[in-house]
Amino acid sequence: MKSPPFEYARATSIEEACALLAEHRDEAKLIAGGQSLVPMMAFRLLRPAWLIDINEIGALKYITVEADAVRMGACTRQCDMERNDALAAAVPLLRQALTFVGHVQTRNRGTAGGSLVHADPSAELPLVAQVLEARLVLRSQSGLRTLAAASFFEGAMTTAIAPDECLTEIQWPIWRERKTGSAFTEISRRHGDFAMVAAAAQVAVDDDGKCTRATFGVGGAAPTPLAFPDLAQRLVGTRLEKEALRDVAHDATAAVEPGSDTHASASYRRHLAGVLATRVLQSAYDSARAAP
Amino acid sequence: MSERLYPVTIEVNGVKRTGQVTARTSLVDWLREHLNLTGTHIGCEHGICGACSVMLDGAPVRSCLMYAVQADGHRITTVEGLAQPDGNLSILQDSFCEAHGLQCGYCTPGMLIAAQALLDENPRPSEADIRDAIGGNLCRCTGYQQIVEAIELAARRMAGDTK
Repeated sequence: MKSPPFEYARATSIEEACALLAEHRDEAKLIAGGQSLVPMMAFRLLRPAWLIDINEIGALKYITVEADAVRMGACTRQCDMERNDALAAAVPLLRQALTFVGHVQTRNRGTAGGSLVHADPSAELPLVAQVLEARLVLRSQSGLRTLAAASFFEGAMTTAIAPDECLTEIQWPIWRERKTGSAFTEISRRHGDFAMVAAAAQVAVDDDGKCTRATFGVGGAAPTPLAFPDLAQRLVGTRLEKEALRDVAHDATAAVEPGSDTHASASYRRHLAGVLATRVLQSAYDSARAAP
Repeated sequence: MSERLYPVTIEVNGVKRTGQVTARTSLVDWLREHLNLTGTHIGCEHGICGACSVMLDGAPVRSCLMYAVQADGHRITTVEGLAQPDGNLSILQDSFCEAHGLQCGYCTPGMLIAAQALLDENPRPSEADIRDAIGGNLCRCTGYQQIVEAIELAARRMAGDTK
């Protein structure tokens, strides 16, 4: 279907975008890559009176690798994230996740920030943000605030962003442990489709192969992507032996709240959550051990 | 209700085109309805099928997921822009004919754009590269195998390998 009528404004700076948001508030939506917003408008699920286009704001497109985090402009395209070798070296989980995000045509347009604010429970980048404890910088005319991913995602397609706020920057933490490994996987009907369940993990080990730090989470199995910091903490000091992994995956499976739809039943999603969590933890551990 | 019109200047297949569009006019509708460039097809209109793929500043995108007003100041290549200047088919297009890479033809413009973008970046793609590049384009005639073969043939021909 065609989108309903709306008024269009092309913002040329973050200040202008924030001023337009302050003027139109919940009558307006920001449009970045539009890969989720435009279909929702075509389905008439959204009828904003104004679209404020932030695609031409150069100040929202950058990838800067710093000592302990990569700072990324919210309007950075997914294809630019995919191709950036410095980013892949600093936060390898992102490139691993991006191979599952849509298709070439959608990644050429889709943005990092767009995926996060859309907050689809099965989307890959929100899961990575949750698992790595990314920080999100929100800007409005009244100032800046920075939220941890855990307090940003509130529910399915629901975030803590206020109607007059623009996500301007994502800070992806870098793990400085020398032997670090990460893994991402998901199950979907066809490659590039929405995940039924996705899982991501990152693990660091010492020279004896003992886990010194771990994080993991699953997407598509609750209204928001879930990370399990307490369960991951239990793996520290182990070599991710079978029993340790099984116990942690079991408890993760108990903590998810998946829904049922035509693609997968809740019980199948719950099963997948455990299987995929085990798989990514094992694979992240193996690549951490193999790291020089 | 009369909707506001926005002026646009968009370079389409090397020619500057101007127009007045409503904000909600999709890029594909503008190309087809205003410029009569009907080579680009409209399939699902919500970003699933890939039939409407065009190149935006050289990179393939879905023209149903962009409003024409957003393309103001940018460069678009449609399937019409792939042909040689004298109107003859490009090597890629001819390879689709040669290898029977189309049946009903509905997905073909999107397939050609996706394939051209791949070959622009990677002149020697593997079969896996090709399948990944057309992964966002649906063909309902079960023709993927021959589409893949057509792109392989085009890559060989462009590399000067005539066999």
